Amino acid sequence: MTPDDSFTSGITRPTGAQFDFNELIFEDRVHQSIYTEEAIFREEMRKVFGGVWVYLAHESQIPENDNFVASQLGLRPIIVVRDSTGRIRALYNRCTHRGSTVCRQQQGSAKSFVCPYHGWSYFNSGKISGVPWPDGYADDFSDPKYNLAQVPRVQSYRGFIFGTLNPDMPSLEDYLGGVKKPLDDWLDRHPGGKLSFCDANRLKFNGNWKLLYDNSADGYHVIFSHRSLLAMENRLNEADDEDKGMSYYKSSPDNAPFYVKVFENGHHYKDKRPAVDTSPGGLWAIEGPHPGMEHYEAIIRDKLGDKAGSVLDLASSEPVNINIFPNLHILGNHVQVSQPVSLTETDTTWWGTAVIDDKDELHGCVDAVNALRMRTQESFPNFGELDDLMNFEQIQAGLAGVEDEWVYMHRGLGIPDRIKRDTDGYLIGPPTDEVFLRETMQVYKRLMMNEPNLVIGREIEAAPD
Amino acid sequence: MQHDPSRTSYYVGDEFYQSLVDSYADWQTDDSEITDPALRDTCRMLLDKEARLLDQNRLDDWLTLYVPECLYWVPATPHGGDPRTEIAVCFDDRRRIEDRIYRLQNEYAWSQRPLSRTARLITNVSAFSTKDPDTLMVRSTFLTNEFQAGDKRSYTGWYGHKLGFQNGGWKILVKQVNLIDCDQNLRNLSIIL
Ligand code: FES
Ligand SMILES: [Fe+2]
Repeated sequence: MTPDDSFTSGITRPTGAQFDFNELIFEDRVHQSIYTEEAIFREEMRKVFGGVWVYLAHESQIPENDNFVASQLGLRPIIVVRDSTGRIRALYNRCTHRGSTVCRQQQGSAKSFVCPYHGWSYFNSGKISGVPWPDGYADDFSDPKYNLAQVPRVQSYRGFIFGTLNPDMPSLEDYLGGVKKPLDDWLDRHPGGKLSFCDANRLKFNGNWKLLYDNSADGYHVIFSHRSLLAMENRLNEADDEDKGMSYYKSSPDNAPFYVKVFENGHHYKDKRPAVDTSPGGLWAIEGPHPGMEHYEAIIRDKLGDKAGSVLDLASSEPVNINIFPNLHILGNHVQVSQPVSLTETDTTWWGTAVIDDKDELHGCVDAVNALRMRTQESFPNFGELDDLMNFEQIQAGLAGVEDEWVYMHRGLGIPDRIKRDTDGYLIGPPTDEVFLRETMQVYKRLMMNEPNLVIGREIEAAPD
Repeated sequence: MQHDPSRTSYYVGDEFYQSLVDSYADWQTDDSEITDPALRDTCRMLLDKEARLLDQNRLDDWLTLYVPECLYWVPATPHGGDPRTEIAVCFDDRRRIEDRIYRLQNEYAWSQRPLSRTARLITNVSAFSTKDPDTLMVRSTFLTNEFQAGDKRSYTGWYGHKLGFQNGGWKILVKQVNLIDCDQNLRNLSIIL
């Protein structure tokens, strides 16, 4: 029996180690192999995780000199440290002798790191400080090649620490480009324009890391993937109003007043604020139920009267998604970090954030606000994200049908006047369109088609930027 | 004024948090360990019943083991932490537990479709007295095996139950679940532990 021609298509699935990304990534679709091929994943760990600025840690995790926190740059184990002189560095957690990790704690304080295997030791600047029984070496260890490797370029933007191995990358600020604005706005709604990390909801899923990034500005899935969450948040409402949580997605979100905006370098932003009342107390009014809500609300209203609304809003989720390629997401009050573990395994850590109120701008209510914030932040990872992660896992499972080659992302494509440009030239589309995904895939394609020149630092005295 | 904790959350405030942190500090002392086998057995029966109802997915029945103003708490830090300033894996007051159950029973909760099957082992039960004769603390070790969609995984650690004697029987005031890997990235923890 001959197959009906109309049901066949040319199999372009590449074989061997060579992939032509012109054949894998098109405007409207991408090939399944970018999610399923081990060789592509290995290339990503160089070309993306290393080749661009990658988020590593937050300054509030290392507030004092000598503080360190474990991180990763792609699969490379990294120690992000504020060294004894106060400079933030990202050291390779890899002994220069025979390769062991030198630090096995998640977080702490150390002036030096001593390798447990043969005892080579290093200052927290990465410089080697000594080896046991040096007489046994003809070498005097003054050559910087014995210093710990380190990420040669480490820069922070308002507390967020990034690193790249690529000397050809522009500065971090230039890399962030337009996404700095929503990030600034998100920070500036808090007293002093700052926040501190306060532990996390830590999740993982059996799927490729890009599945999470692909979802990050996706307003198309909300009503379907989060159906149980929306039902749950509105189950106690009076009468018929369904206004809690992300209910604003319910009626024709294509024409909703909110939007997705696409910046350079794969960053994007979903601004849902136009869909909600953002006058003082507006965000609080649409929060779903949380432990302690009525108790603290009564106290704050009692204390602050008219001014209570804006303080309560700080305990509420800010309705934005700010996505910074490839691994950082700001949403609600969370800082969500994604970490590839393998081709088909990804960790996603939802750091909670607390308000710092040095100048008492919240009139003595900061502890109440933070007690509320802890509970509001636990809600989405527990009752929303788990459903998305299950769907990502099931995409990975479905993609095992490798002969069905394409993954489509053409929502909104080819419809006149649907996608616009703002005055800065950034694309803007309805929150349910896949324009953010198409644009990110073009950025990804360019990265994957170029071999970056990756370097490590050893010369710890030379000032990196 | 009377509040229904299934609808509003007035009891989770500073006083509640403080007494929670206090009652979970230094309670497992040798001299407060209960040696009366009958009382310990009462505690053990309650824990066994709880495990059975959860394994049988009888979530509404399970919740009847708890007082109205209860807490289900899975800390994200091995020391239990201070929930006022730290995010927990789960920190559910009465209303939020009912939310959790509502969602698990909603056919669109994709993380629990298909539903997990679980088999729980509870052992090493020790009960401890407190200053209040109507309050007990119980430590037990658990191993919860979960099967879902072709995949088997397990959670293990120890429970710290705070029990209160009310209306002639022991009820659960607080269940603290101390996972040995509570500070690690966990895959689809959508069942009740
Ligand atoms: S591997 Fe570190 S001292 Fe030998
Ligand atoms: Fe989602």
